[in-house]
Amino acid sequence: MKEPDVTLELAKDHGLTEEEFEMIKDYLGRTPNFTELGVYSVMWSEHCSYKNSILEIKKLPNEGPQMLVGAGEENAGLVDIGDGLGCVFKVESHNHPSAIEPYEGAATGVGGIHRDIFTMGARPVASLNSLRFGDMDMPRVRFLLDGVVRGIADYGNSFGVPMVGGEIYFDEKYEGNPLVNAMSVGIVKEDQTASAIAEGVGNPVIIVGSDTGRDGIHGATFASEEISEESEDKRPSVQVGDPFAEKLLLEATLEVIKNGGIVGIQDMGAAGISCSSSEMSAKGNAGMRLDLDKVPTREEGMSAYEILLSESQERMLVVAEEGREQEIIDIYEKWDLNAVVIGEVVKGENVTYHKDGEVKADIPADSLVLGGGAPQYKREATKPEYLDEVQSFDINSLDHPGNHNEIVKQLLGSPNIASKRWAFEQYDTMVRTNTVNGPGASDSGVVRIKGTKKGLAVKTDCNGRYVYLNPRKGGQIAVAEAARNVVCSGAKPMAITNCLNFGNPYKPEVYWTFKEALAGMGDACRMFNTPVTGGNVSFYNENPEMAIFPTPVIGMLGLVEDIENHRMTPEFKNESDVIYYVGALRKGLGGSEYLREIFDLTTGDAPDIDLEFEARLQSSLLDAIQNQYVNAAHDISDGGLATTLTEMAMFAGKGADVSVADLGENKHEILYSEAQSGVVVTSEAKKKGQLESHLNNQDVPFVELGTVTNERSLNVDDLVSLSIDEMYDIYDNVIERAMKQKDDVVA
Amino acid sequence: MSATFGVIVFPGSNCDHDAYHAMAHVMNAKTKFLWHKDTDLSDIDFLLIPGGFSYGDYLRSGAIARFSPIMQSVIEFAEKGGPVLGICNGFQILLEAGLLPGAMMHNQQLRFVCKQTHLRCETSDTLFTRNIEEGRVLQIPVAHGEGNYFTDEDQLKKLQDNDQIVFRYCDSQGKVTEEANFNGSVDNIAGICNPQRNILGMMPHPERAVEELIGSDDGKLIFESVLDELAVA
Repeated sequence: MKEPDVTLELAKDHGLTEEEFEMIKDYLGRTPNFTELGVYSVMWSEHCSYKNSILEIKKLPNEGPQMLVGAGEENAGLVDIGDGLGCVFKVESHNHPSAIEPYEGAATGVGGIHRDIFTMGARPVASLNSLRFGDMDMPRVRFLLDGVVRGIADYGNSFGVPMVGGEIYFDEKYEGNPLVNAMSVGIVKEDQTASAIAEGVGNPVIIVGSDTGRDGIHGATFASEEISEESEDKRPSVQVGDPFAEKLLLEATLEVIKNGGIVGIQDMGAAGISCSSSEMSAKGNAGMRLDLDKVPTREEGMSAYEILLSESQERMLVVAEEGREQEIIDIYEKWDLNAVVIGEVVKGENVTYHKDGEVKADIPADSLVLGGGAPQYKREATKPEYLDEVQSFDINSLDHPGNHNEIVKQLLGSPNIASKRWAFEQYDTMVRTNTVNGPGASDSGVVRIKGTKKGLAVKTDCNGRYVYLNPRKGGQIAVAEAARNVVCSGAKPMAITNCLNFGNPYKPEVYWTFKEALAGMGDACRMFNTPVTGGNVSFYNENPEMAIFPTPVIGMLGLVEDIENHRMTPEFKNESDVIYYVGALRKGLGGSEYLREIFDLTTGDAPDIDLEFEARLQSSLLDAIQNQYVNAAHDISDGGLATTLTEMAMFAGKGADVSVADLGENKHEILYSEAQSGVVVTSEAKKKGQLESHLNNQDVPFVELGTVTNERSLNVDDLVSLSIDEMYDIYDNVIERAMKQKDDVVA
Repeated sequence: MSATFGVIVFPGSNCDHDAYHAMAHVMNAKTKFLWHKDTDLSDIDFLLIPGGFSYGDYLRSGAIARFSPIMQSVIEFAEKGGPVLGICNGFQILLEAGLLPGAMMHNQQLRFVCKQTHLRCETSDTLFTRNIEEGRVLQIPVAHGEGNYFTDEDQLKKLQDNDQIVFRYCDSQGKVTEEANFNGSVDNIAGICNPQRNILGMMPHPERAVEELIGSDDGKLIFESVLDELAVA
């Protein structure tokens, strides 16, 4: 087959601009051939190059004494958790594949993020997922939810990593462009980490794992454009996952790293062989020569272009120490995996790909990669006009209903607040026997670390509504809530990863929002001393009608120092325990689930947050937990104080008698405001004095609300009186009942 | 000399480390991994076939694993009376290998289910349950997509008559109800033994229930029974 002539038109078809095409010609000193054009187009796609985001991402704090490896140095940052151990964690999107092929899209998202973790030598110990869908009343949305959950479940369950937390939100803004963000958390001995580097002339390069097929070609490019009517045609760009192969790859790779004899190792995700070979070479300032004839392929007649761009899953590229390649091959073969030498590290700085006796591509490695020659853009940013309109909306002008029992029940029945049991019971949440708090009745997922006293508390969080209403505050809140969640589980916030889901960055309003949200995240990360260890950007999240809510998902890592004594859960514990509200005033209904449920409105300003106070609240609360002054703690977030109290009661099967009279006059704000920096805690009566003086000393305000009872009802003044069984029936079953309307589930 | 436990590792086993941890670190028993290509079981006193997705379970759970080199040795070990415990995928493999009767179907809801369940111990007359009184309720989690145990009526009657049903799904009070039978198994069956009573297959994961910190330690009762039996034997 004759390769097409490379023209500007063809470059544009590959998603490159005229300016970028000129840059390529400059780097090469000639016009690229077809194969080279393909390699540049994927490597310079938004997905691989971060060309429109990297300048903003660099402004985020990424340093701290807890960091062993910083963001960007390797596939993921490495956090020191003591006992000679490091924690590697990262969240990544698989939105576009999941929009058109939810099962495989979600499955390969899970596979990809785990590979990022074990390629560094770490064993994945926990996973989370953060999902956004359109309105659950839509059959297509239920189809997507069902496929995504099955995809995550089938891949993760077989691979054998427990799913310990995550979120599912529904809003019409995500119609047609669901968000599927998967996070993996791994642990590695500090002296057994591996690096994604190629160096040492003459060292052999080995491809391991599955055969290379025609799946996923241009997946990275597809991820870098808006979803449109034509997106269905991109279905072949979606990769197909094989969790069994990945499980073998995990075990074999960890064995290889432990055995030694490797120089570097890199997983293959987006842009396949092109990406792994050029990134490893660029990092080592080395050249690489690969013979594509030697790559095991799934089908006959694959061209160099196809082999280089294939995103077939469950593959890695290994650079071995010369003479030790057979040891590595033997270990992979023990696990019934292919391991084939396909080239070597060479002098110079070019990656050259050979096939059929010809040089098919010859490219300076550095010109391809982020941080090297890949373009970096500062885009035009304009404040969106809608912001003034929503922020000046007068919520008091609404006619607020008076029946609080009905409001509370309606909120519990909102799929955003209701239990996600339907989804998480399909995930193996306990494999590896470390899960102390799984999904459900906990503010964050908690796994113990065997052989130590410690545990990790992990959480994903982002309320896209807040970011939409006030990008800066929304970014701050995403980090603050995630931190508050791990604190409520008894952990100290250590570091974050993030998955930045936004619309088309070439739209100035989208870009302004992106910059503002990142600035907000940076504010909060600096305040909590939680550096950013890495992450992923997903632009072009738009359907033909609109952009999604800007959704910078935060993945927070917290460290529980003493898992037996410091771990904390939200459910009420014992009759007569004293219930406290701790934190800032409950004011403002902007962006609340209450407005959304009762008035079908997403408006107002995002809830207020004072980061300095939030940090003080969190450290005081953590002290109180570690000193065992409290025996239950639960964050106030979506649905407000009312939802927090009902959850603490439902999770325990115990009731409470509560008064909110001392919290203020506006009962709707007190019960439903999503104001930040608030938690509900309980204390044994005998520890009441200790807790109160501790909070007084720390200058953290609190109000005693009432006591836990053995009655199965929750009573709040004369406002709310509801039986736990009635509430739980709603809360526990809303999603399952909706999903049982299977007959109308359509592709 | 103390008894040695062997945990078989198939490609795709993923509860092998959990079983090892439960036996070696919690029960303090001498434990070793056995690779699926091993065939020498001469120094093993107790075999544990762990959960997971052997060979990916793309065909039918356990259907490929039964052809692994180690399985012929497992059959010989069991036929000589050696105690074998198959958990989850291990149970499925024992069924596929013909060491236990019946078959596994997909859960009735056609979805994977992972949650805490209650089991009623139906017989103390096995080496696995000798320390557990009949009727006692254990809290032990499940995690499977194909745990809907099926057998025909004749075989079911044999299981009942021979006291081979070891565990049934029940509610927290020990009542064997339809609601508790979440996966649709015939007669609420969660675990059975062979007529010689030295092989137990069960879908729930006792190795995930050996420490309060991770939700329950009721699974220890099973391992304690085994250790007591082996100490006496």
